[in-house]
Amino acid sequence: MSGLTLQNIVKQFGTFTAVRNVELTVPHGTFVCLLGPSGCGKTTLMRMVAGLDLPTSGAIRLDGKDITNVPTHKRDLGMVFQSLALFPHLTVGENIAYSLRIRGASKEEQKKRVDELLAMIHLAGYADRPVAKLSGGQRQRVAIARALAISPKLFLLDEPLSALDAKLREAMQVELRQLQQRLGITTIVVTHDQREAMTMADTVVVMNGGEIRQAAPPVEIYRRPADTFVADFIGMTNLIDFSADGTGASVLGASMPGLAIPAGLKSGILSVRPEDVHLTAPGNAPISGTVTFVRDLGGTIETFVEAAGKQVVAVSMPNARPDVAVGQTVGLQLNPDDCVVLKS
Amino acid sequence: MRREPPQKLADYGPLFFPAGMLIVFFVVPFATMIAVSFFRRDPAGFYSPDFVFDNYARFLSLFFGKVLGFSLFLAVAVAICCVVLAVPFTYLLSRAKRKTQVLWLVALLSILSLSEVIIGFAWSTLFSRTAGITNLLVMVGIMNEAVALNPSFGAVLTAMVYQALPYTVLVLYPALVRLDPTLTEAARTLGASPVKAFFTVVVPALRNTIVATLIMVFIFALGSYLLPQILGRPQHWTLSVLITDQAIYQSNMPFAAAMAVFLVLVTLGLVALTVYAGRKGEAA
Repeated sequence: MSGLTLQNIVKQFGTFTAVRNVELTVPHGTFVCLLGPSGCGKTTLMRMVAGLDLPTSGAIRLDGKDITNVPTHKRDLGMVFQSLALFPHLTVGENIAYSLRIRGASKEEQKKRVDELLAMIHLAGYADRPVAKLSGGQRQRVAIARALAISPKLFLLDEPLSALDAKLREAMQVELRQLQQRLGITTIVVTHDQREAMTMADTVVVMNGGEIRQAAPPVEIYRRPADTFVADFIGMTNLIDFSADGTGASVLGASMPGLAIPAGLKSGILSVRPEDVHLTAPGNAPISGTVTFVRDLGGTIETFVEAAGKQVVAVSMPNARPDVAVGQTVGLQLNPDDCVVLKS
Repeated sequence: MRREPPQKLADYGPLFFPAGMLIVFFVVPFATMIAVSFFRRDPAGFYSPDFVFDNYARFLSLFFGKVLGFSLFLAVAVAICCVVLAVPFTYLLSRAKRKTQVLWLVALLSILSLSEVIIGFAWSTLFSRTAGITNLLVMVGIMNEAVALNPSFGAVLTAMVYQALPYTVLVLYPALVRLDPTLTEAARTLGASPVKAFFTVVVPALRNTIVATLIMVFIFALGSYLLPQILGRPQHWTLSVLITDQAIYQSNMPFAAAMAVFLVLVTLGLVALTVYAGRKGEAA
């Protein structure tokens, strides 16, 4: 089959297990983001795909061929490093042509490809500049062009945009995604920035403690998180305890009908996104609480409500301005369809 | 942090001590040497103040030309051998475990504590016929009978490389440790084997450091006068040996001074040429 397949990958450093039992299939031409907090094993996983680290056990297949023990330089991949790792002693053009030169391409071929790539990254005419003279965003583009020079089978990026300022980062995310779609290249990006993952990926792989917690399209990760870690890590969420007795569920001291609870589950956690918590007058909802803090960000308003000893955050848009003040009692309306039932 | 330029004489205070040391221990002796090189030798005594070019004229002969040529050749050979050995070694060392690094660096530092005399006699024993390393080769069966490996050019070169190698490694070490390890990883992902990555990325990225190290070892080797005498034949003697000979055994200070001044000038010229060539290569 075409694409990248990871089979039961384990990586141990001494007694520490950095990656445990990872199974992942990346179909040809898709964009996958490995997302997780630092130390979750995402970079180690990518380094194993690149061949810079060898897995302790397991197999890596690319287009059906086992490449687990193929050395890095024979894998035909392109990788962008967090530090970019542009060669300081070479010019922009020489950096981009490096992989072609190593493979013995002629000077004309090299020049033609460099010009093509420079045009693609909107840096035409920069071939003879030293890399030290470029801005952060320009270096970023050169690193991407260098990785793509041989039209690799696999395009890997390790925290590629972390050195850029927020505005440039957002612009580069869109650009990178458009580039990937145009080239149709199988791409894996390691990031700890969930906005980046949500913007670019076909599939987001959320990792924690060396394991994959959930691998799904971005919207599904957000709407249907697989566990409390994913729910909490992706965006803001309210994690609320509930108890069930077979006939109905009790949430924040009030009964909540219509919740689809698996049979036999006595208690668990509900994940409710703040935008799904609606504030009403105290009598209009079964749950009521006291407002403890209001954060008015202009674009959105976050209202912190204490209900049955738990803090719940509600986010509203300014046009639905709740007009509440600290100390006021409000009702909390939760739609059972917006609540995700998770095991505690 | 921006600081005011010095205003009063007292502001230059911190410079007085190093300036004084430099004048007392470098400028004065060197100026004395230059002055003596123009003095006239007095066969009955020592020398008498004068201003003659005899000492330099005597130096301009085929014999001294050959010795100067050999001295420079030996120093260049030692510098190249040291750098060729030390760059890959230090590169691997800088990628090794912390404990391994410390162990090697301590071992190298301990070589520095050995005096030139000890190094010379240790190697002359190792190269001797009766107790040398050829006896081991005979035992293993590679050679038929033990031979003496010194005096010879190889013996001089080996001992001088041995003596200069710790300095070379210690000078290269900080630059190689600072070198971003992802540079070689990037080269590998782009299709370069580890060896190719070393020659296309590590060596060119360290160009300036390598040139500086070559110059340092070259100058260090130029001053060596004991090892060529212990391990070499008279044709392997360097200009430093002849200077010592003239100054101490022939009591011809003016001539020794002239040779020393000439050696300094030639060395400075070569270093300037190397730096100039390095600049030019960088601009190209």
